[in-house]
Amino acid sequence: MKLPGIPAIPASEITPRELFYQRRHFMQLALGGSTALLAGAAFGGEKLASSLSEAYGLTDKLTPLEDVSQYNNFYEFDTSKEGPAKMAGRLKTRPWTVSVEGEVRKPKQFAIEDLLKLAPMQERIYRLRCVEAWSMVIPWLGYPLAELLKQVEPTSEARYVEFVSLHDPEQLPGQRRAVLEWPYREGLRIDEAMHPLALLTFGLYGEVLPNQNGAPVRIVVPWKYGFKSAKSIVKIRLVNQQPTTSWMQAGPSEYGFYANVNPEVDHPRWSQAKERRLGDFLKRPTLPFNGYAEQVAGLYAGMDLTKNF
Amino acid sequence: MALLLTAAWQDELGANPIEKITHNTGYWTLAFLLISIGVTPLRQLSGASWLIRLRRMLGLFAFFYACLHFLTYLVLDQFFDWSAIAKDILKRPYITVGFTAFLFLIPLAVTSTNAMQRRLGGKHWKRLHRMVYPIAVAGVMHFAWLVKKDLSRPLLFGGILALLLALRWFYKIKSARLRRSYSSI
Repeated sequence: MKLPGIPAIPASEITPRELFYQRRHFMQLALGGSTALLAGAAFGGEKLASSLSEAYGLTDKLTPLEDVSQYNNFYEFDTSKEGPAKMAGRLKTRPWTVSVEGEVRKPKQFAIEDLLKLAPMQERIYRLRCVEAWSMVIPWLGYPLAELLKQVEPTSEARYVEFVSLHDPEQLPGQRRAVLEWPYREGLRIDEAMHPLALLTFGLYGEVLPNQNGAPVRIVVPWKYGFKSAKSIVKIRLVNQQPTTSWMQAGPSEYGFYANVNPEVDHPRWSQAKERRLGDFLKRPTLPFNGYAEQVAGLYAGMDLTKNF
Repeated sequence: MALLLTAAWQDELGANPIEKITHNTGYWTLAFLLISIGVTPLRQLSGASWLIRLRRMLGLFAFFYACLHFLTYLVLDQFFDWSAIAKDILKRPYITVGFTAFLFLIPLAVTSTNAMQRRLGGKHWKRLHRMVYPIAVAGVMHFAWLVKKDLSRPLLFGGILALLLALRWFYKIKSARLRRSYSSI
């Protein structure tokens, strides 16, 4: 488009798309990952090969690895933010199986080694928005949950997917108290679980998940509040009825099944209109569906999102 | 306070420094409030009257931390977003109760000086400063209403407060009985 007085840029000068994304990705990783050198012992995990998924890039600044791995809500360890990283060494991530069962034609117990090879590993940069009104931007490694679910062939009775996390008070001392009802349970509607954005996740910042971030396998559902993105999963069950999740049990008036990020539906005790992006000084407005409205709003057409919170 | 400042200087406040400062200043406000309430029962148990002078200092420390806590919220958390702050005070019970407690702490701080004690007179001053009990209760409620799920620390503070109030009440009954028995001589 030629604007008056401004010379047109010849097409040959436009940076090729792949190069643009490569450079930006490099810069993002360099800035975000550089703190890994300082964090040193806290990370230094196994590398996980992946290819950058350009469709899931963001212009948002990445949250430094140090913050991603030292500021965690993982009550299985401790209810403090710093506790999980300190206690994470207790978690044994091998051997690990994920049992996929329920309303499926081919139920199976998947070893973590099989899961890692099931589909090509992608690197996706997602926003993560906690119900407490803070947020991060994280380069996750994984593949769509749909790839796993396709393998087991859900029947027509499968209307919801339930996720169950590890229950072992020996490794997870926070489970000695019933601060939540263990094991941690989460769930999605089948169409939400099959959505390309729902990521079965194995790593972040180019390496396997640190234990405190939900090793060795978790889900990330970026358009919902962070508590929906269950960590350290051991069982995935396809079911006919809407499952009751741990947070729904803990506070039915405060934590719902859908938990879609919604600036217009406040938590009963605090506002959801704004959030603190870690690293920023000022708070920023919260985006509907955490900025993923274009991809997921259609799943909720006609639904009253104030009632179905 | 020194620990907080050192941590801030060394960038060790963690990923969410504003949250940490808010929690830290809030915690110390409640802690100093409870310690100051604990002075009188301690004096009654030990008979050390110099503790009363300590009580004023402790109360003022509580007020100092309360101011820091409120300023952190006003400046760092909300950055002078007055309409958001007003909404918070009106719509969020934990902020309503916290802000009210802070407001009522102000006259206590202002009347803490010797001159003020003389001006008000012993009886009125005492009545005014008894407000510290509902203020402390409001502080514990503020804490309990803001935690997501883990009530262990608010309940701990609440338990200590209940114990202190029980002790106070116990001594009050005891001294009332003594007075009655003297007056009947």
